[in-house]
Amino acid sequence: MKHTFHSITHRVVRGAGLCAAVVFLVACGEQPQTPTRLSAAKKDASPVVGTPAEAFKQGSWKSGDANAWNQQLRARANYGMSDYQRVNN
Amino acid sequence: MARMKFICDAERCIECNGCVTACKNEHEVPWGVNRRRVVTLNDGVPGEKSISVACMHCSDAPCMAVCPTNCFYRTDEGVVLHDKDVCIGCGYCSYACPFGAPQFPGQGTFGVRGKMDKCTFCAGGPEANGSEAEFEKYGRNRLAEGKLPACAEMCSTKALLAGDGDVVADILRARVIQRGKGAEVWGWGTAYGSQQAGQPPKEGKAS
Repeated sequence: MKHTFHSITHRVVRGAGLCAAVVFLVACGEQPQTPTRLSAAKKDASPVVGTPAEAFKQGSWKSGDANAWNQQLRARANYGMSDYQRVNN
Repeated sequence: MARMKFICDAERCIECNGCVTACKNEHEVPWGVNRRRVVTLNDGVPGEKSISVACMHCSDAPCMAVCPTNCFYRTDEGVVLHDKDVCIGCGYCSYACPFGAPQFPGQGTFGVRGKMDKCTFCAGGPEANGSEAEFEKYGRNRLAEGKLPACAEMCSTKALLAGDGDVVADILRARVIQRGKGAEVWGWGTAYGSQQAGQPPKEGKAS
């Protein structure tokens, strides 16, 4: 198969054109919708950590014990808001 | 981990505004700002219904999406909070919120809009738990004290339920079974999607 100078040049130009088109069209693509930038807010401590004001603390859960904290809130919600459960227990 | 949610049982709400008062008192919310309010539908018409509305701490919060300074964040418990030091008071969140939760104090010079204020699910803000700075900016951090939001705990008819989504959904379910009506929970689908309580929305499905 014969490759003339003209056909090689044509292919090179065509390839370069395609590459350029791909590079330029990337800018037209859709941006990812997943949040990549984290919140600018300061880092917040979890409520599980508790509060230094021990006098205001309710229940016997230990600061930092996530399971105990969950149980405390669950028990409080069931006792305080579920009248059917409170009456039956 | 608990996923905190609000439910207002419209069959029980008697429009007493106890939740509004409890919130204002607990957090010393300034004049003109109402983190929670009671809305009555068909007021004066027999069969009127009232619901207590505040920030619902949406699963896919529109306020978070539109904030130009990204001052919002979501805690591990699913509570949507914001950093007032980052907020510029632009008000975009107010337009985006379907519940009208973001509030703006208007006591600034020339009526300048202040930093946004909203319900924190009694979880304070990014300042140290129980600190004076946290109280000044965001109010009391009751979750860190092992308590639930003051509005729900103070509700006289227990219409307003707050806490882990599974727990409050169970409480409401027991009531609906007993009375045989009032299963519709206004705002639940908008805030948490149309899935069952505590379940994440299915991928690719609009909620």
